[in-house]
Amino acid sequence: MRNLTEAVIVGLATFLAFIAAGLSDDALFKAHAWVLCVILLATTIVLLRRVEIPANGQALPPTDTSGYMDGVIRYGTIATLFWGITGFLVGVLIAAQLAWPELNIEPYFNFGRLRPLHTSAVIFAFGGNALICTSFYVVQRTCRARLFGGKLAWFVFWGYQLFIVMAATGYLLGATQSKEYAEPEWYVDIWLTIVWLAYLVVYMGTIVKRKEPHIYVANWFYLSFIITVAMLHLVNNAAVPVSLLDAKSYGVFSGVQDALVQWWYGHNAVGFFLTAGFLGMMYYFVPKQANRPVFSYRLSIIHFWALIFLYIWAGPHHLHYTALPDWAQNLGMVFSIMLWMPSWGGMINGLMTLQGAWDKLRTDPILRMFVISLAFYGMSTFEGPMMSIKTVNSLSHYTDWTIGHVHSGALGWNGMVTFGALYYLVPKLWNRTQLYSLRMVNWHLWLATVGIVIYASVLWVAGITQGLMWREFDSQGFLVNSFVESVAAIHPEYVMRTFGGLLYLSGALIMAYNIWRTIRGDVREETPIGGIAIHTSNVAEKGTPSTVTG
Amino acid sequence: MSFLEKHKKLERNLSLLFVGSLVAVLIGGIVEIAPLFYLKNTIEKVEGMRPYTPLELAGRNIYVREGCYLCHSQMIRPFRDEVERYGHYSLAAESMYDHPFQWGSKRTGPDLARVGGRYSDEWHVQHLKNPQGVVPQSIMPSYAFLASAPVEIKDIAKHLKVNKIVGVPYSDEMIENAMADMAVQANPDGDTQGLEERYAKISIRNFDGDLKLLSEMDALIAYLQMLGTLVDLKAYSQDENLR
Amino acid sequence: MDYTLFRELADSWGLVYLFVLFVGAILFTFRPGSKKIAEEVSRIPFSEDE
Repeated sequence: MRNLTEAVIVGLATFLAFIAAGLSDDALFKAHAWVLCVILLATTIVLLRRVEIPANGQALPPTDTSGYMDGVIRYGTIATLFWGITGFLVGVLIAAQLAWPELNIEPYFNFGRLRPLHTSAVIFAFGGNALICTSFYVVQRTCRARLFGGKLAWFVFWGYQLFIVMAATGYLLGATQSKEYAEPEWYVDIWLTIVWLAYLVVYMGTIVKRKEPHIYVANWFYLSFIITVAMLHLVNNAAVPVSLLDAKSYGVFSGVQDALVQWWYGHNAVGFFLTAGFLGMMYYFVPKQANRPVFSYRLSIIHFWALIFLYIWAGPHHLHYTALPDWAQNLGMVFSIMLWMPSWGGMINGLMTLQGAWDKLRTDPILRMFVISLAFYGMSTFEGPMMSIKTVNSLSHYTDWTIGHVHSGALGWNGMVTFGALYYLVPKLWNRTQLYSLRMVNWHLWLATVGIVIYASVLWVAGITQGLMWREFDSQGFLVNSFVESVAAIHPEYVMRTFGGLLYLSGALIMAYNIWRTIRGDVREETPIGGIAIHTSNVAEKGTPSTVTG
Repeated sequence: MSFLEKHKKLERNLSLLFVGSLVAVLIGGIVEIAPLFYLKNTIEKVEGMRPYTPLELAGRNIYVREGCYLCHSQMIRPFRDEVERYGHYSLAAESMYDHPFQWGSKRTGPDLARVGGRYSDEWHVQHLKNPQGVVPQSIMPSYAFLASAPVEIKDIAKHLKVNKIVGVPYSDEMIENAMADMAVQANPDGDTQGLEERYAKISIRNFDGDLKLLSEMDALIAYLQMLGTLVDLKAYSQDENLR
Repeated sequence: MDYTLFRELADSWGLVYLFVLFVGAILFTFRPGSKKIAEEVSRIPFSEDE
């Protein structure tokens, strides 16, 4: 009997959520338990409708478990796209709220509740789904083995979606730990821990049963991302709940210790979630799309060790000139500056993979996407170390410069490499010969790029304006500006950043349409890019490339 | 050459790669974070820090819930302009009972580390209800709903107990009287003697001007009005606390 | 284990250990003969059965 056990388990969980909602005397927990109850109830119904019971004791036809497990990856690509658009949309909304505060709708849609929704949707929902689905794809192909653990991969996928929905609804209802990028409350954190350990089991299990003697470097990056995120998550979220039926918890750390633990977590969320994981993506998809092996495999190994040795130390640069002891601040600064080197090593390695194939850029907008992505990786890994220098930081900290920096990394590097990977994956996963439209990919590319450039440059201006206005003294030794004057001064920048975000969002909408038509199997009639026949780099290519460098 | 042989193994062996990367990432964390728990002078010796009163704690939880920390820092850096604008730079000791810390990372609005006592309660009520009515160019959202929302904590003593578990020195007496203390801090006509004995430098008054309801507005303003007011900074000696 | 011990370890043998480990990793990666293996491994993405 297929799906019956699952239906029963989820059904029981629904009942438990119902009980919890009934017993709790904490209004917030009650509301959140109701949300959970409704989600689980819907899931139970869907599962029950899918229960297959064999007629007259005959066995059901066995499920096909040969070949690669791609169903969960197909779901993953759709989820990535869906959450990406959600995250960008909320981003545009909160950017507009900063320009026009009337757009706040209290209490549920105020900036303070929507902002964690935006960051979590983009980092964990969009980025996380991208990482999970591409890692499942890459680990199977580079190990020549089917995903380990059977249905466990499906548990990882749906469990992770449940985590996202619970986190997001929690923010709107007001359940938050107030630790940036680790806002979900204790019960959601526990759930994520379970899902994450299942992810680790699937991933490591697949590597164990590989048919390749070597472990390809992309898997090193993915694996270190999974392990480190588990460690960071457990330490930073250590908390004692008020009771098992209360949403509120109090973290075990306080004050200066809490600050360091939080930014040790926060910076390594950037370092391992948004960098190591996505580098795993880069080290597979860029060589595949360019159809040549990575420029230097040995450089990629150095890149790996240097990155994981150095990143973990860099967190304190978020706490320059605070009450954190000076030695810790200086340590963070030194390691942040050192990080510049391996980061650029990795960027060069990715870009040079195109050596001898630069002409493909004329005709292949997906490859362009990867190149732009690497360029933004290089830019933000230069800007980051620069901003971690204490004198620069004294001006940039607390301003919108930081926000601009984060977005050139997240939209430029993470977003673009994900889009490239999705454009590569979708025709393969749905057995289509090509994308619906390469010209639309090109439109997406340019809308997104112009959007990021506007966004990052106006916030750079805004940030420096704020920093300078705050510290301006007149000849008498008095402060020149009141705080609110610095708010009013950057209104035009806030309007323009909203526009930049809107461009980025519209690019993603074009992508959604393009992907939808591709899945349907349509091909758009269009003039090929570059004026020559459409070449088929996005179509399955087999065999080793003729020339090898590195 | 034994080391080189080991790395060769590592490239092929999954569990070694697992342990290798885990060790590499653990070291940084341990060396940076652990000393903060050992070093005595991570936190200066200051006079005046005390745990939050139940009402302040409830207010602080509203501050957290609404995501105030996303736009307001509570960490004044030791620069001339910041000290001039916001007051004495923040000391580590001032957030020693903060689970979690509220230093923030962005100033879309001004720093609040020492906002306590700078404005009247009435100013806060008006400003939270309609920020643009008080500061026309402000981009802060309205929090008018706080005034009509009752403080819906059935048992604040549980919160104090958990704070005690994680290291905040609440006494048994504070925990026992938590519910009554929370209500009476916003009621100047009540019996406030015990409350005043338990918590030094406490403000007891109706914060939102509405005596009928113990509102979330009361709690939030009680919290805002005590921010940065506890430590006697005149008695603080910088030289004795060089870190 | 107290902080002083930690600190002494961190800026002496601990530092040397990490540094040697890192340099070792680099040396190993660029050892003679590694180029051939690296090229072989770098072709893994192209040897998959789709």
